[in-house]
Amino acid sequence: MSWVPPLIVAVPLISAAVVAGGDHVMPSRLQDAIGLGALAAVCGLGVVLMLAAQTHEVVDWFGGWRPRSAVAVGIDFAVDPLAAGVTALAGAVALLTLAYARIYLEQAARLFDALFLIMCGALCGFVMSGDVFNLFVWLELMGVSAYALTGFEVKEIGPLQGAVNFSIVNTIGGFFVVIAIALLYGRTGALNLAQIGQTLSGHKADGLVVVAMTLIVCGFLCKAAIVPFHLWLADAYAVAPTPVCAFFAAVMTDVGLFGVARVYWTIFAAPFGSHSSAVLDALVWLGIVSALVGAVMAFLQRHLKRMLAYTVVAHIGVMLAGIGLLTSKGLAGAADMLLAHGLLTAGLFLVVGVLVAWRHEGDELDLHGRGRARPWLGVLWLGAAIALAGPPYVGVYLGHALIDEAASGGGRSWVQPLLWLADAIGSAALLRAGARVFLGLGPMDDPLLSPEHGEKPPRRRARLGALTAIATVFVVAGAVVSVIPGLNWGTVAAADRFRDRVAYAKVVLHGLPVPHAPALRFALEHSTLESLLYGAGATVLALALAALGLYRRNVPGAAAAAVGRVLSPPVAALKAVHSGVVGDYVMWLVVGTAVIGGAWAITLR
Amino acid sequence: MSFLPYAVAGWICLVGLYGVVTSRNLVHLAVCLTVTQSSTYVLLLAVGYVRGGGPPIFKGVKLGTSAVDPVVQALSLTDIVVSVTVLALILALALDVSRHAGTVDPDEIAGMHG
Repeated sequence: MSWVPPLIVAVPLISAAVVAGGDHVMPSRLQDAIGLGALAAVCGLGVVLMLAAQTHEVVDWFGGWRPRSAVAVGIDFAVDPLAAGVTALAGAVALLTLAYARIYLEQAARLFDALFLIMCGALCGFVMSGDVFNLFVWLELMGVSAYALTGFEVKEIGPLQGAVNFSIVNTIGGFFVVIAIALLYGRTGALNLAQIGQTLSGHKADGLVVVAMTLIVCGFLCKAAIVPFHLWLADAYAVAPTPVCAFFAAVMTDVGLFGVARVYWTIFAAPFGSHSSAVLDALVWLGIVSALVGAVMAFLQRHLKRMLAYTVVAHIGVMLAGIGLLTSKGLAGAADMLLAHGLLTAGLFLVVGVLVAWRHEGDELDLHGRGRARPWLGVLWLGAAIALAGPPYVGVYLGHALIDEAASGGGRSWVQPLLWLADAIGSAALLRAGARVFLGLGPMDDPLLSPEHGEKPPRRRARLGALTAIATVFVVAGAVVSVIPGLNWGTVAAADRFRDRVAYAKVVLHGLPVPHAPALRFALEHSTLESLLYGAGATVLALALAALGLYRRNVPGAAAAAVGRVLSPPVAALKAVHSGVVGDYVMWLVVGTAVIGGAWAITLR
Repeated sequence: MSFLPYAVAGWICLVGLYGVVTSRNLVHLAVCLTVTQSSTYVLLLAVGYVRGGGPPIFKGVKLGTSAVDPVVQALSLTDIVVSVTVLALILALALDVSRHAGTVDPDEIAGMHG
């Protein structure tokens, strides 16, 4: 099966060249067919690869340059079930969002398709890569096409500003990754992930390895938009074309976390294995802070896309906390969460797209009560918002429940309520907006929410029914993730594989596949009472907070004033930090990296 | 191997980042970004340097002759290609920003957008 991984990358990249080069020459339906066909092929090949990788990693050495005497001389793709799953998800999401874009955007923009294909291909290359420098190259290729897509509407200042902030912050994150790669290469003389891990294992970690880990992790966290590296995200996601946002939110942001997990378990788990609690604490805290900051910022928005952008930050934070627990259950929880959150958030973005195309507005207050004529849109929005809070067996619940088990199993039960709280606040923001727009509840204005310029609607009349249908697919798929039979055990088994550094090195360097017991299929989902209570509680809390957001003026005066006095300074400070000035963002990036590095320099000894 | 190249790389990186943080002009900012990027070239070449090593061209050279590491040179080249792409894109965006906003000051642009 080693011919599959290169195809997953080659098919979209070659199609991108054909679509871009054949502009004005090919009939437009043929171009559509090539682009959509390529993405369908990515999805199909991803599924094939996922099945093939069940027994052992699928490894492909470019040009047949296999390792000689267990020393990697070539560059490889090494695909495990989780990576293959991400490529299948990316293909599916890209296929549907590109179809949406063809209906939503103007017909002329062919380069859009080409950029979209490149982004999807680069993303697949990133998750499959077994070589640390290729990780960087794929990351940058994905980044460049993403920056261009963000600023695709070059006639407006908002998208341009978003693209500038996005590109500069992520480019500096990319530099950090290169510096880390140079340091790792200087220390080990290797670029292959398995080889670096092999060389570093058995040695005591020193300052250089700590610096390298800090820089590469922070570089990837820039892409994943973890606090304090998240500031660019809302600027970019609030203004990028809506279908692009859906793809960004569903898969692109999450692959930053995938990068962190990949380099940790292939490289750094060996030298830092005995100090893993220091790594764990840092990642879990970063995750919790991101989750809470993202959720609170989402609650303070009225621009629907910016609100969604901040809920992405919140959920990415929850996933990082899951990965940071450094167990298979935590990682599996993050993976299931990625699936559910990605599909639901993409669906929500696409609902906003329908609203913008229909009412020419994307603002909660301006749209007050104007969504009532399309009740199905309201059902989609409110349903997805509730599914994001994770009521038992709906939406993100499965991921959350696995993270809960990982946290309580590791004696860190305090992690769970904080993560569920963040989820509840984020969902409350979405529920409040949905209640205003689709039910016409609450007052017409709210000075708490930050005003923002609207998005220019697409110029031609889009077929709203087709757009709604695509959004429906996403929301329904996202909502049922928690009850897919066997997903629970399947991802835990896949996460076990992902974390097994020795087996990974064996199959990559020695070509000796380590057989794994196949995952139990169609086993009954199980869940602890604790998670059930947390899930139900988060949903109730989300509904209560949404009601509070709508009717907070009806709260008795004294209580409201007291709460206002306590909350307004931190809220004002939080808003001030999100200034939109790229220099500030870079400063937070540098300070954040220095703090994480400093903490690890002290604790990883 | 002396510490000097590593110190130089660190210095260039920090100077470039300082420039990015304080810049009031997107074109200037893009140049500062290139400065930061240069630190990675210095670092990569320093990592691969071998004292007394010749160029990594092995045709007609006796076996066992020491040479500098060719891998880091390939990495630097790739790095340059990537950075030029990003730089071109940022400059193109700056051009469009100036066309539509009449300014290239990040502070003013942030103020205009709200």
